[in-house]
Amino acid sequence: MDLPSRKQLSPMRDFIVSRGVSGAVSLLLVTLLIFVGTALLPGDTASALLGQNATPEALAALRRDLGLDQPLLLRYLGWFVHAVRGDFGTSLASGRAVSEVLLPRLGNSLLLASVAAVFLLPVAVGGGIAAAIWQDSWFDRLLGFTSMLFLAMPAFLVGYILIYVFAVRMGWFPSMSVAPFFGGAVAWINILALPVISLVIIGQAHTMKLTRTAILAVLATDYVLMAEVKGISRRRIILRHALPNALSAILSISILTVAYLIVDVVVIEIVFSYPGLGKLMVDSVAYRDLTVVQACGLLFALIFIGMNFLADFLALLVNPRQREPARGA
Amino acid sequence: MENTALSIEGLCVNARAPILQDISLHVRRGEIFGVIGESGAGKSTLAMAMVGLLRAGCHRVAGKVTLSGQSLFDLSQLQLEQVRRRKVSYVAQSAAAAFNPFYRLGDQVTELAALELGTPLAERGKMAEGLFRELQLPNPETFGMRYPHQVSGGQLQRAMIAMALINDPDLIIFDEPTTALDVTTQLEVMRLIRKIVTARGCGAVYISHDLAVVAQPADRLMVLRHGKVVETGATRDLMESPAQDYTRALVAAKTTTSPPMHAETSVPIIALRDFAAGYGAVSTVRDINLDLSAGHITCLVGESGSGKTTLARAIAGLVDVHGGTATFQGKPLAPRIESRPREARRRLQYIHQLPDLALNPRQKVREVIGRPLAFFGGETGAAAEERLRKLMRDVELPEDFLDRAPGSLSGGQKQRICIARALAADPEVLICDEVTSALDPLVEESVIQLLLRLMQTRPLTLLFITHNLGLTRRFAHEVAVMQAGRIVEFAPAAQIFAAPQQAYTRTLLGATPMMARGWLEARL
Repeated sequence: MDLPSRKQLSPMRDFIVSRGVSGAVSLLLVTLLIFVGTALLPGDTASALLGQNATPEALAALRRDLGLDQPLLLRYLGWFVHAVRGDFGTSLASGRAVSEVLLPRLGNSLLLASVAAVFLLPVAVGGGIAAAIWQDSWFDRLLGFTSMLFLAMPAFLVGYILIYVFAVRMGWFPSMSVAPFFGGAVAWINILALPVISLVIIGQAHTMKLTRTAILAVLATDYVLMAEVKGISRRRIILRHALPNALSAILSISILTVAYLIVDVVVIEIVFSYPGLGKLMVDSVAYRDLTVVQACGLLFALIFIGMNFLADFLALLVNPRQREPARGA
Repeated sequence: MENTALSIEGLCVNARAPILQDISLHVRRGEIFGVIGESGAGKSTLAMAMVGLLRAGCHRVAGKVTLSGQSLFDLSQLQLEQVRRRKVSYVAQSAAAAFNPFYRLGDQVTELAALELGTPLAERGKMAEGLFRELQLPNPETFGMRYPHQVSGGQLQRAMIAMALINDPDLIIFDEPTTALDVTTQLEVMRLIRKIVTARGCGAVYISHDLAVVAQPADRLMVLRHGKVVETGATRDLMESPAQDYTRALVAAKTTTSPPMHAETSVPIIALRDFAAGYGAVSTVRDINLDLSAGHITCLVGESGSGKTTLARAIAGLVDVHGGTATFQGKPLAPRIESRPREARRRLQYIHQLPDLALNPRQKVREVIGRPLAFFGGETGAAAEERLRKLMRDVELPEDFLDRAPGSLSGGQKQRICIARALAADPEVLICDEVTSALDPLVEESVIQLLLRLMQTRPLTLLFITHNLGLTRRFAHEVAVMQAGRIVEFAPAAQIFAAPQQAYTRTLLGATPMMARGWLEARL
């Protein structure tokens, strides 16, 4: 009948190789897109730096200095060769090395994302599991209603409401995250509080709904019914029979949530003037600081592709079907 | 009372409409109690009620279920769970779905021993090994280390019976335990069930939609229809002198023979020589030599996975042909359907196993049948309308069904629509891929009779794929037996059934449940 094909014998290695290749191709396409995209922006760094009253001669000279007079393809190839070596050039606006501009911002973004994740994941995953277990109860309905409400609300609105309530009316937290980064834990809490709360509110709906759906799918299976018929307690059915099978889905959802928290929070960073990667990218677009925009775009793509890979890899790892060959010894 | 494993008295279960009405039955220890009914008869609801479980939306209106002296619906949730752990076991239809993919088989089979007795891990391994040996599973020492996806369907079904035995129950419920299995595996499992019940002296309920299957192991039978008991009695009495018309029809559908047709030898309409086909680079079927005689029914039989459907789809031009030749009335048949002229496509039509998947739920019946009519016949207007109505009469459906959607029709009616669609092309060869296996026995019989009548009024050749050898015996002119992608035997039906030449054919025939009494006993 069905012979074990070579493919089934090493699903792990095949997975890593095929995903590695497709990840690299995606990354390459992303660099092209970013480069063409930045080239299509009206105006360039020279005109942004020198302002509206610049003379044509001064503009031409600056463009030559910045290498902007060369054809697009040549600029792309040059950038690509350097980028592969980890050299993203110098910021056109500030003249500092791009990595020097980027790294502290990346650190800030990771800090915001991880603090938000620490609060968001237990709430959202736990809420999703609880909503599935008590499906159609008042708890499930309430959770479903509030998460839809926050899902439907634009991110900036949530941010401004929080600012209005907690910064303007109550005065508990600063409305902007521009305080210099020193002053110990209290200063950090002050800076992070409102952006983190916003992210938790906005991000939880999606994660919670996906978790709930994943658990419900497992609870509807024949093997959960079988456990019930065997007389297994409800508690053990959920913890031992259902949850492990939903684990791969929950892991994927959680990791993609973290990826979202790192790269998809531009609006929140802008609202709170939080010095993260997203704000850096938006500011750099305004200055036509192309090298920084390109590096930011590449970093976002890298994080997202890497997180996706990690999510799929972990999902594979916890699934005996994938881990073990089809027909044992 | 001591001798009764399960008794149900006047059980009524409603969802929106009544599902079970006034069901009463008693199952003694050491006895197999058969329940037979078509889909929708309430078999599954009844099986679940036997362990005190009602699906969401169902509620008990009246009646009592007493298992080992305890009235299940009067117990608290905790007491009920305890009864389930200690007194009763359940063997589900699809073992592949009923085992948790996350855990090794041994751990699942002995879970209750760990929970109830606190049996330590090493001892659980020994327990499982003993049960696996009792159920004749291969390598019982290591079988428990495997995950569900690593063993075959028949082995899983036996592992589930092992799981059912772990708590030494008073009652085991077998819910269509062999429906998903091949005939040869089905026989193995039926033998085991009979043996276990005799050896352990527990009571058993055996639920099936197939009378020939359930009549073999069962001591007594209950016929269930539309949630009501049609009749209950000893299996022998019920088979030999059924009191109710419905039971009579069920028995008759399994034993009547169809009228012999023009069985004179005829010219092959489709001929395959050294034919090979498959998906990608792998040839799923090889070395096929097959002649379909014009006006005949050729049945293609074999276990699932033997390549029956692949061969049929290759003839229809839906699978890559890897070698050999195929001719239609002596002229070569292009391998892919895309390269066949319209006329060649018209002459060969295909009917699928599951009409639900083969019918577009958004199309009215009129569009479903009208499309091939316009494509192949080019008829329009009044002429087309007349053909549509004629086709509906041909498949014995009311003409006003033309304006209904497939979703509002029953399974048998949908399959008739699929037959009408195939007939719209006015074909010469019909490939029927398990067209009746999803239907209830009586509906199946009516579709078979329809095909026979159609063959009397027009020159039709049938390639009929089936795993139902009882049907094949009554209905085929020629039989081709497939195993592992090859035809192991191809001969006139009478010869195959009277004097099978190949060992595999004999195994296959020997495993098919017959209505004759003592059939299973003879094979124990």
